[in-house]
Amino acid sequence: MNGTDKSLVEALKSRFPERVSISPPRHGIPTLEIEVGAWLEVCRALRDEETFAFGQLTDLCGVDYLGYGQSEWETADATFEGFGRGVEALGPGRFDWASRPEAGDIRQRFAVVAHLLSFTHNRRLRIRCFAPDEDLPIVPSLVEIWSSANWYEREAFDLFGIVFEGHPDLRRIMTDYGFTGHPFRKDFPLIGNVAVRYDSQRQRVIYEPVEIEPRVGVPRVIRKDSRYKADEVDQAADSEAERLAAQAAATGEGERDG
Amino acid sequence: MAEIRNYTMNFGPQHPAAHGVLRLVLELDGETVVRADPHVGLLHRATEKLAESKPFNQSVGYLDRMDYMSMMCNEHAYVRAIENLLGIEPPPRAQYIRTMFDEITRFSNHLLWVASCGLDLGAMTVFLYAFREREMVMDMYEAVSGARMHAGYYRPGGVYRDLPEAMSQYTETRWTKGKDLKRRNEWREGSLLDFIEAFARDVPDRIDEYETLLTDNRIWKQRTVGIGVVPPDKAIQMGYSGVMVRGSGIEWDVRKKQPYAMYDQVDFDVPVGVGGDCYDRYLVRIEEMRQSARIILQCVDWLRQNPGHVMLKNFKVIPPTREEMKDDMEALIHHFKLFTEGYCVPAGETYAAVEAPKGEFGCYLVSDGANKPFRVHFRAPGFAHLSSMDELTRGHMLADTVAIISTLDLVFGEVDR
Repeated sequence: MNGTDKSLVEALKSRFPERVSISPPRHGIPTLEIEVGAWLEVCRALRDEETFAFGQLTDLCGVDYLGYGQSEWETADATFEGFGRGVEALGPGRFDWASRPEAGDIRQRFAVVAHLLSFTHNRRLRIRCFAPDEDLPIVPSLVEIWSSANWYEREAFDLFGIVFEGHPDLRRIMTDYGFTGHPFRKDFPLIGNVAVRYDSQRQRVIYEPVEIEPRVGVPRVIRKDSRYKADEVDQAADSEAERLAAQAAATGEGERDG
Repeated sequence: MAEIRNYTMNFGPQHPAAHGVLRLVLELDGETVVRADPHVGLLHRATEKLAESKPFNQSVGYLDRMDYMSMMCNEHAYVRAIENLLGIEPPPRAQYIRTMFDEITRFSNHLLWVASCGLDLGAMTVFLYAFREREMVMDMYEAVSGARMHAGYYRPGGVYRDLPEAMSQYTETRWTKGKDLKRRNEWREGSLLDFIEAFARDVPDRIDEYETLLTDNRIWKQRTVGIGVVPPDKAIQMGYSGVMVRGSGIEWDVRKKQPYAMYDQVDFDVPVGVGGDCYDRYLVRIEEMRQSARIILQCVDWLRQNPGHVMLKNFKVIPPTREEMKDDMEALIHHFKLFTEGYCVPAGETYAAVEAPKGEFGCYLVSDGANKPFRVHFRAPGFAHLSSMDELTRGHMLADTVAIISTLDLVFGEVDR
């Protein structure tokens, strides 16, 4: 599939020289980043033009890039304080938008990511569009182009609060009737805001603020130390050895029974 | 004259034919459906958000609970996504085991589908027949992973352990003894592979049994032929995959078109429907069960001849064995780090799709280089299929909605995630 992917990237580059940026396929699928203003126009071209013919929108989801590349655990210096250095740090749901961590080189917070599939050419494409405004993220709706976007956009609206302009029926889909907030945002706590229980005195189901403490057992760590370098060399050698071993139908078996 | 208004009806959330917690608000004109509005999310467990708060390895178990009729196929998508980002490839024996268990899973899913669809449309016997075979599939799951349904068997880098040498057997009870006991243990004398082989050789005859009950059955055909017709262009437009596109006559199968695991090494056919109605989807699923049996036999054959590792030897990602851990300080450290902190996955994003029994199950994984996924999204086939409910049912009779819901093959674990 690599050959076709290369030709796809070339075709994309020559067809959309402006307002989009193309990243080559690192893990199989090239990514097309489209400006919000060109979103509908480019998508329509991707569906209708013979060279692309992406007839199906397989998948669409929202992504919240808040806290991208941030870790909770200081890995550079060891301290005597042990686990405390992890617990005290910023974690999902423990910060608000005002005291947000640096988002690295990410320009905007909310993005819509969709995966397209071309049945005629047998290839996939990932398209991404950043919403310009992070307080009220608005992205044009793709329902008119691919009708399968309907529920996916409702889901992204429900979970991330991304508003899809021109969507025919933008209701919540996953959360409870009468839910407030957008639970998959990175500043929405994992434990939620309200708990529901049956109150035997009032004889009805009530909502009340959650009482449990947020507790994430394993801190988020980003390691760039020696363990993660020269990996590829080891890897290639390892998998090559594996392959040879299997081909020769080696006698050792049942290696892993821990 | 009195004003005639359409009647609005709630179908579910607790309805035996709703296949779980589907609330369908139906607007009816007499018995004809004017509008269908599915309300989903009653089983929403925020799996994707939970996965963001855990190291990569610890979410494999959640994947079993997505589409709880085809557990290992879901795991396969997630595990493949992690492997993509890590740039590792499991050893061939693990790949064959995965291929085999994907097909066992496909068989079990379609088996349950034919059972429950039959039940929905008033055919009780096929349900009882199918559960007879399903029991054996559950036993295979149990033999290999220890759990009958939620296996947690696939891991990044391979599968948890090799296939067992001995199959568990029935013991004598007051109800199972003598000749009966001997019959039930007949296939279980040898290893798991012997059991799977005996099963896969026997299964085409069992499928014939289901077919004698249904394929030419007058009532069955009256309930399914010409119901819920999906033209091929609509099928693509509405985001269909798997049996739903194949039933409409499009030859599309991820296993053939974008092969993963060992699907390019095994020989199988992709059945395709003609009319795109419920009956065609039934025929496609029946044929897929036969093809699964074919693939299983090929895998059994290969696995017998090629012993070897089922996990990569890579201590950065895969924990060492128990013996190594007790013996070697370095291995102990790796073991400790992998089970407390997990491993960091290089920054990047990937989309890994597998042909799950219900359609394309995909995993979109974004990593920022941490030991937990930054964002993980699961593309569940049932979600796309259900979203077209309104278009599919409009103009049909109320009773046909049941047939349509049934052949969409919905499971709310994956629709709601």
